Amino acid sequence: MDLATFLVQCLNALQYGLLLFLVASGLTLIFGVMGVINLAHGSFYMLGAYMAYALAPAFANLGGLGFFATLAAGVVLAVVFGYLLEWAFFSFLYERDHLQQVLMTYGLILVFEELRSLAMGDDVHGVAAPAWLSGSIPLGTLMAYPVYRLFISGVCVLLALGLYAVISRTRLGMMIRAGASNREMVSSLGVDVRQLFRVMFAAGVALAALAGMLAAPVSSVYPGMGNQVLIICFVVVVIGGIGSIRGALAAALLVGAVDTFGKVFFPQAAGVLVYVLMALVLLWRPGGLFKAT
Amino acid sequence: MSARAIRIAVFVAAALALALFPLVGGKFGVDFVTKMMVFAIFALSLELLVGQAGLVCFGQAAFFGIAAYATVLATPRTGAASVWWLLPAALGASGLFALFMGALSIRTRGVYFIMVTLAFSQMAYYVAHDTPLGGGTDGIYLDYTPALGIAGTPLLDLGKPWPFYYFVLAMLVAVFVFLGAILRSRFGHALAGIRVNEQRMRAAGFSTYPYKLAAFVLSGLVAGLAGFLFAVKDGFVNPELMGWNVSGTVLMMIILGGIGHLRGAVIGAFAFSLLEEFFKLDSVFGDFAKHWHLGVGLAIIACVAAMPHGIAGGRLRRATASNTEDAEVHRGKP
Amino acid sequence: MKRSIIALAFAVLLFPLQSMGQAKLKVGLMLPYSGTYAALGDAIEKGFRLYLAEQGGRIAGREVEFVKLDDESDPAKATDNANKLVKRDNVDVLVGTVHSGVAMAMAKVAKDNGTLLIIPNAGAVAVTGPMCAENIFRSSFSNWQPGYAMGEVAAKRGAKKVVTITWKYAAGDESVGGFKESFEKAGGQVVKELSLPFPNVEFQPLLTEIAAIKPDAVYTFFAGGGAVKFVKDYAAAGLKDKIPLYGAGFITDGTLEAQGADAQGLLTTLHYGDGLDVPKDKTFRAAYAKAYGAQPDVYAVQGYDAAQMLAIGLNAAGGDVSKKAEIAKAIVAAKIDSPRGTFTIGANHNPVQDMYLRQVVGKDNKVIGVATPALADPGRGCKM
Repeated sequence: MDLATFLVQCLNALQYGLLLFLVASGLTLIFGVMGVINLAHGSFYMLGAYMAYALAPAFANLGGLGFFATLAAGVVLAVVFGYLLEWAFFSFLYERDHLQQVLMTYGLILVFEELRSLAMGDDVHGVAAPAWLSGSIPLGTLMAYPVYRLFISGVCVLLALGLYAVISRTRLGMMIRAGASNREMVSSLGVDVRQLFRVMFAAGVALAALAGMLAAPVSSVYPGMGNQVLIICFVVVVIGGIGSIRGALAAALLVGAVDTFGKVFFPQAAGVLVYVLMALVLLWRPGGLFKAT
Repeated sequence: MSARAIRIAVFVAAALALALFPLVGGKFGVDFVTKMMVFAIFALSLELLVGQAGLVCFGQAAFFGIAAYATVLATPRTGAASVWWLLPAALGASGLFALFMGALSIRTRGVYFIMVTLAFSQMAYYVAHDTPLGGGTDGIYLDYTPALGIAGTPLLDLGKPWPFYYFVLAMLVAVFVFLGAILRSRFGHALAGIRVNEQRMRAAGFSTYPYKLAAFVLSGLVAGLAGFLFAVKDGFVNPELMGWNVSGTVLMMIILGGIGHLRGAVIGAFAFSLLEEFFKLDSVFGDFAKHWHLGVGLAIIACVAAMPHGIAGGRLRRATASNTEDAEVHRGKP
Repeated sequence: MKRSIIALAFAVLLFPLQSMGQAKLKVGLMLPYSGTYAALGDAIEKGFRLYLAEQGGRIAGREVEFVKLDDESDPAKATDNANKLVKRDNVDVLVGTVHSGVAMAMAKVAKDNGTLLIIPNAGAVAVTGPMCAENIFRSSFSNWQPGYAMGEVAAKRGAKKVVTITWKYAAGDESVGGFKESFEKAGGQVVKELSLPFPNVEFQPLLTEIAAIKPDAVYTFFAGGGAVKFVKDYAAAGLKDKIPLYGAGFITDGTLEAQGADAQGLLTTLHYGDGLDVPKDKTFRAAYAKAYGAQPDVYAVQGYDAAQMLAIGLNAAGGDVSKKAEIAKAIVAAKIDSPRGTFTIGANHNPVQDMYLRQVVGKDNKVIGVATPALADPGRGCKM
């Protein structure tokens, strides 16, 4: 492999890793702060992708701004949806055995998938990227790099910085960090944990949905798409250390690199490499790469 | 009657009911209940880990699948193998993998343990999926049903539905009784102690690692038995047997049934399969039967809402909660 | 609570028994009605029902009753599901399915029980190879066929060095195998076989590899959501106009709406396409559109032909499904008047059919010629 190709592969790895981070960040927040093992996280990703498909026509007449209007509308809907979902299905579960939450979220996956089938049918649909993002930048003589992918990477970097700022600099972030390390203490200090959880959950849903909306133009929307990202997200979250945004970022980049170079150098073992990575990391550091921030 | 006497009476009644079932069940009924019993054995193996030892394993399908593959691969191309060595070979394969997987993964805790076990089972999955060893993604056929006999005289023809049904039933009863005895033994009490408070056990000078590892291997062997039976029943194995959704399904079974006692695993395995079949019935749901996932999902949510301790109910349990708290303690440390 | 489980058990085990009839022909449709392939299962069923409606709802004089089952495209449940149709519902014929692994399990059940099986999609080579049997038929294709046809096309178009890319699973391997066989026979060379784990869709690293190798052409096998993403990624990487992309037809079947401009001009091979000059196709399309308000696709054709093959066989056997030898003889001897054009069934019970070369024009897979006429699957390992 010559140097140019190697550099492009590095870019591929970085780009894939950042996308993984975007989906996994919501999961690590819900997981770390609320202690809920949320199997339905993939469904929220799917929800976002289908919203990008369904809402796009409504904002088509806004031209270039239509894309951002779709994103904004989708995020607002996802927040409302997450808030209501927490109220209806999760609020009574915190006292329960954790495995009951697993069972509940498994039930939710089945329900969401069927509702999707009833509402939108089972066909594969494409979602158009906005015209001003749909070109490619030539790299070298043959390869070109799609602008939209670079755009996604840019959004992911901004979001990572934003999340980091919120968590390390704001009062909300302080409560989140405190909640992740000691729930009882936080509530005895007079923080409304119920409300905090509801907001956290809504934010987690919104992050997953945003990831789905951003990914829709490159991945298209199709049945069962949520389940495909679910396991890899858990892998990222666990490698990084549950509840740690920094860890999720590091782990996502690591997984992106292993997956990318695995496919190139060890095509026979490409599927298993990510799991080997996870096993090695956890045997080396049984609590993931980073403890919760 | 004492609680214990009632339990034994219910157990005997259930075993009798299952024994008499083929007389009224019809061809499909026998097949279907055989399948549920195989899954009940599978679920019991996981109940030993999750409910009794507090180890939430998310890779149980690996043992199941490895034993199923071993059954197929060890069967000679020329004729039927004897159960007397084929079953130990299959159990040996799953037991060895359990030893390897357990020895490494027991070092982690809580959610991390869940994910390490997932990682190991995915490795097994990809070996079957991506190498030609077991026929690749399309799977591989078991050409000859293993023969069960003593000194050359055939005892039971496992290829026939009725004999196989009773063979599986006998295995289920044996596993149930065996695990019950184990749990009442010193070993079982040690596991319970570890589940409730491992720190205290260790502080009391108790080395917990060998006990957890032993439970892990035992669980792998029982899951391997289920895998062996599954391979014989279907005559076809496929990498999806080791997929994470199979691990997930069996976990759902024991949670649905209620964690903390063996009967929960059996009830859960039966209830889960029946629930799926029920919502698929054309005669009840008509055209909507193709959206059967919706019915199953809603029923599961209703179960969680209405039955905090699973269908079988039972004592209040903190098994996994304490485990997750362990994880939190762990996470709190630098 | 226990009582409700027992009630559930009764419902599950006994309800279906009520609907047992004697004179009706019971057709078990084991298809994906949920998950990734749900749309395909739906189209197959519609095609099957269309043929039946044309026959006044009867095959060989027997009224037809359907028993439908969702196979979830899950091979782990496939044997149980097939057994359920055969043993609980006592179906006379099994029809299914889309997923190859599931079809393998169905073939085993059909072979063990002697039930007539018609596969309306799954292309697993083994089913009409080592697993072939008197009572197992396919109305679609083997994975080998479109690949083989495309190998000839690629060679004719002057490609010398080709890279192949597919998911690492049996269907992909078999399709690439077919391509390689004819392409290398014609003097070409497959310089690299790229693959990625199913159903991973992160193609970027492999596209970079392709760009670095600079082959004359690329051969690919993907389907469904993966096909959409691959075609879009290939175009976005700037490769579409520089290195021709050849594919088995599934890469552009049922996916064109989602692929949009990125698929325009792509060449694929399949046994069906748009703009065929076949009178039967025109009447079929009109009837399908009238019945369902939608245009049929290749899956609907395969469902339609499955019903047709069943009728041919049963008519010859006087409606008696147990006369397997007569059924098989009639089907193998027949010229099947399909919307894809007339085809026959080979000795291994796989269609012997024209493989069309198609080009994407707008939202159509326009047929621009015959890539390989009357192509038969070699049926390696089939002893019958």
